[in-house]
Amino acid sequence: MSNEQTPNRALCLSGRGVTKVFSMGRRQTVAVDHVDFDFYEGELVSIVGESGSGKTTLSKMLLGLLNVTEGEIFFQGQKRDISTRRRKKEYWRGIQAIFQDPFSSFNTFHKIDAVLLDCINMRGGKHLPREKKIEMMTEACAFVNLKYAELTNKYPFELSGGQMQRLMIARIFLLKPKILLADEPTSMIDACSRATILDMLLQLRDETNMTIIFITHDIGLAYYISDSVYIMEHGRFVESGSADDVILNPKADYTRRLISDVPKIHEAWDLSTV
Amino acid sequence: MKNILRQVLHSSKFVAGFIIFGLILLTMLIYPLINPGNPLEMIGVGTFARPGTYVSVYDSVTTDTRTFNLSDAEDKRLAKQLSDEDRVAMLEWFGAMDIDVSGLDVSDTDALLDLWRAHYDPDARPAGMTNARRNYFRRLNNALLELEASDVFVLAETDDETGELVQKSQISKTDYVNVNDVANVKTLPLGTDNFGRDVLKELVSACGTSILIGLIAGVIATFLGLLLGLLAGYLGGLTDDLIMFVTNVFTVIPSFVLLILISYSIGQEQRGATVVAMVIGLTSWTWTARSVRSQVISLRNRDHVNLSRLSGHSLPRIILTDILPYIASYVVMAFILQVSSGILAEAQLSLLGLGPKTTEVPTLGLMMNWAMLYSAHLNGSWWAYFPVILTITLISFSLNLMNTGLDQVFNPTLRD
Repeated sequence: MSNEQTPNRALCLSGRGVTKVFSMGRRQTVAVDHVDFDFYEGELVSIVGESGSGKTTLSKMLLGLLNVTEGEIFFQGQKRDISTRRRKKEYWRGIQAIFQDPFSSFNTFHKIDAVLLDCINMRGGKHLPREKKIEMMTEACAFVNLKYAELTNKYPFELSGGQMQRLMIARIFLLKPKILLADEPTSMIDACSRATILDMLLQLRDETNMTIIFITHDIGLAYYISDSVYIMEHGRFVESGSADDVILNPKADYTRRLISDVPKIHEAWDLSTV
Repeated sequence: MKNILRQVLHSSKFVAGFIIFGLILLTMLIYPLINPGNPLEMIGVGTFARPGTYVSVYDSVTTDTRTFNLSDAEDKRLAKQLSDEDRVAMLEWFGAMDIDVSGLDVSDTDALLDLWRAHYDPDARPAGMTNARRNYFRRLNNALLELEASDVFVLAETDDETGELVQKSQISKTDYVNVNDVANVKTLPLGTDNFGRDVLKELVSACGTSILIGLIAGVIATFLGLLLGLLAGYLGGLTDDLIMFVTNVFTVIPSFVLLILISYSIGQEQRGATVVAMVIGLTSWTWTARSVRSQVISLRNRDHVNLSRLSGHSLPRIILTDILPYIASYVVMAFILQVSSGILAEAQLSLLGLGPKTTEVPTLGLMMNWAMLYSAHLNGSWWAYFPVILTITLISFSLNLMNTGLDQVFNPTLRD
């Protein structure tokens, strides 16, 4: 599954035959079924599918939060090894995530400073002087249009959903991972904040050449922001390629259905396909 | 945090429970200061002295007297001396002599005695009455006559040299002493128990021991349940299977049976209050473990835990900072319930005679055990067991009230 659009870019994360089976006694549920993928550096990839198609399971495997039942994941051309805690920690310096629900993404018992300081520590800034740390946190907050001075000593639940999600991006800004896995980061945010957040993600990508894996059910949004798109149905990729190819010339029926499900303002919405 | 505290203090149930429990604790602290001494000291000879104030007869005899001529003194004396049994016996006599007693109030001593004086005849031989019974009535009559006679009691001393009784003083019916002048007056608000021990003093001390047993049992049970629940829930897999297997085994065997068996096998000598508390704690952790596990499983997949893992935090740190605070309120409530059920378990065990050693400390259960062994419930010595039952009820009621109050604070769907 090569990507002709970006042949000269280096492979960042790829997978061969990645499978996840949940077993409950003898009953087995195949959540992700032998998927292959290649994500390149600096690329914004969207994985699109409806609820239950295995997107989140795949993302958890990519993050190393779930064990892979079968298949291999390659990180920067090498077989991923997260067998020990140290290696895991190393891997997580390279890949980070933003989750769907900003309200449950924060430990409500920790202040915002603690969340951001944690990122600085993870990047090896544990022994920096306090002024330097505050400077870094202020910079990160400014990047997402938040004022550090107003946030310090506050708890996450004192912020709005949009502010929390922006704080999540500030966290990524401090961590500067190679790969950012964004699992429907805007689905619980209102439309205005959504544009801001997407804009920030794109800006982050441009500044740091980060690979962004964007997981969404919204094929319109995927078309709007991504370089390439993977369509996922029942744990398999039914179609993949550049965003233009997939969306404008869909080959799989499932893709066509997803596209027809996007409401268009000027046309009557065809609900027969739903 | 401050907000939660305010909510807790606004919960009327919690406050009510807290006040009751606080008063019990305060009594436990203050009463020993007012009435110090060993609670197991046997102050009385004989079993079950009734509650009340006991005045030393010796001291009142030697106290200076005043004379009062009170018109109702005689009636009161008679009324007090005439027991219910005597009154019923008198009715029996009237019945045997075919005397109409309709309209006679048995508790009206005057009317009863008037009737008795009018109709009692020591020489009469009512049909069907045995000699022994007739002698009983004769004795009763003599006792009444004795009471009515304006006698004086004579106090006499044996002369050391002659061995004769020498009159010392007389006590007439109109002699009174001021209770405040009597050197020895002992008030026993709850009487004495079967060993002649002050029940109230014993109860206060028992209350402390029982609460301590409940606390130790609660701490052990909550700690074990929390630890196993956290490990099983967070680690999952084989660890979970193993822990849940053990938990299920403990759940299937009724914990009370287990408690009895363990207590029995430890033996009377080794069973101190602490040992009993530990045994109770070791058999009652299962449901805490189960519920903590299920809460942890639902928390384990929350994004903040995932994020904490992605930040490279260690397992103990994730459990301590990302999971424990979320279930802390639940654990506090479980702890309160465990304390309450620990106190009850001790009472049950002791009632069966499997409680702590009987010689060292009183516990609420032991007090009931003693009362039962000496048939307090059969001979009407309510003071030996009823205050104990009331105390146990109050303690667990107040703890449960606090628990419900906390539940309402932490679980908004339960609010009235």
